[in-house]
Amino acid sequence: MTGTPGQTVGPFFEYALAYPGGSELVPRSDPGAVRLFGRVLDGAGDPVPDALIEIWQPAPDGSVVQRAGSLHRDGWTFTGWGRCATDDAGQYGFTTLAPPSFWSIAVFARGLLDRLFTRAYLTSDDVPLSIPDDRRASLIVGREGAGYRFDIRLQGEDETVFFSFPGYRD
Amino acid sequence: MTDPARRRPAEPSQAGVTAEIAALGGSGGAQPRMDYPPYRSSLLRHPSKALQQADPEGVEWFAPMFGAQDVNPIEADLTIQHRGVPIGERLTVTGRVSDGDGRPVAHQLLEVWQANAAGRYIHQGDQHPAPLDPNFTGAGRCLTDSDGCYRFTTVKPGPYPWGNHRNAWRPAHIHFSLFGSAFPQRLVTQMYFPGDPLFPYDPILQAITGARDRERLIATYDHDLTIPQISTGYRWDVVLTGPRRTPTEQS
Repeated sequence: MTGTPGQTVGPFFEYALAYPGGSELVPRSDPGAVRLFGRVLDGAGDPVPDALIEIWQPAPDGSVVQRAGSLHRDGWTFTGWGRCATDDAGQYGFTTLAPPSFWSIAVFARGLLDRLFTRAYLTSDDVPLSIPDDRRASLIVGREGAGYRFDIRLQGEDETVFFSFPGYRD
Repeated sequence: MTDPARRRPAEPSQAGVTAEIAALGGSGGAQPRMDYPPYRSSLLRHPSKALQQADPEGVEWFAPMFGAQDVNPIEADLTIQHRGVPIGERLTVTGRVSDGDGRPVAHQLLEVWQANAAGRYIHQGDQHPAPLDPNFTGAGRCLTDSDGCYRFTTVKPGPYPWGNHRNAWRPAHIHFSLFGSAFPQRLVTQMYFPGDPLFPYDPILQAITGARDRERLIATYDHDLTIPQISTGYRWDVVLTGPRRTPTEQS
């Protein structure tokens, strides 16, 4: 069967998809809490203030979490999934735990006709060898204060690497 | 927010955009073209480099899980979220979510949002001078059942104007957000209503450049779903292709 086509998330998603606690996978007081943050930028380098970022990650020990509770977090259960709409400066930010290798990220925005997938790797060692040398840096987080910066550039010379997964709506 | 369309010196006409749409007809695959100039907001927001092919890794073979604590069953009825009854044609929207092999996507989250019957979103950014409805927010959620089926009660959204070009109107649609059993199945899309005269003018729907592929987003009227004296009904099924392997088969 052919996969149902995607469509843009449009400009008016925030009241429906964003929710309190969406970007806080753990409380900031959690001893393992880290910040994953960055900006979403368009091909002119301007911020994208109407994007939606989702992260999906394993626990720090690499185990995949299969637990409900992402929409109504109880403050104790790490679900591994979070959602954050960008602000007027195109910024997003999550409070979460560091995965062993990478955060899997889905990007939605007005003007983006289908979702994009990328990965925020902690080190260059884990970036797939198939990624060209001059583009690998776009997949690696930068250490900044107590957090990890991961800017997402939708278009241009320093465009972020986006993935397609054969067999999934390709 | 600055829309690239609004920076252009001359506001494009529908005739011009329709000609652009015609020129690109049939040029894409089953999914929307990401690079689709008739939709002006896509100009600076689509990747210009080829997507990198990869197999899912680790957590990507799985999807986040949602449960009863996440979704209250009344969230599936968009007509009972306020004290009064919303204005508009009340309808049931139901269907089945399956993977590419026809297996149900069971107990998974499905979110919807839409304009009200007058074509106005409650979102602050929507300045279309049509009335808000104090009895309609236009956002809902549900979990699919064990067969992958979902069901919402809502009112039919109205078409609305937007700033892509002069006299641009979106066909009536309901936004859908879905998860599968693996993260790459994640889908955000829009469901349309059969026979909408605005289809050929709309660069968002037409970014899916094949007519048969566009039809996958158009619901079917189903008289068996009507509730006498209450509501009409539409059916719309969703296919989330992949994964080729089950999670237990990967390391």
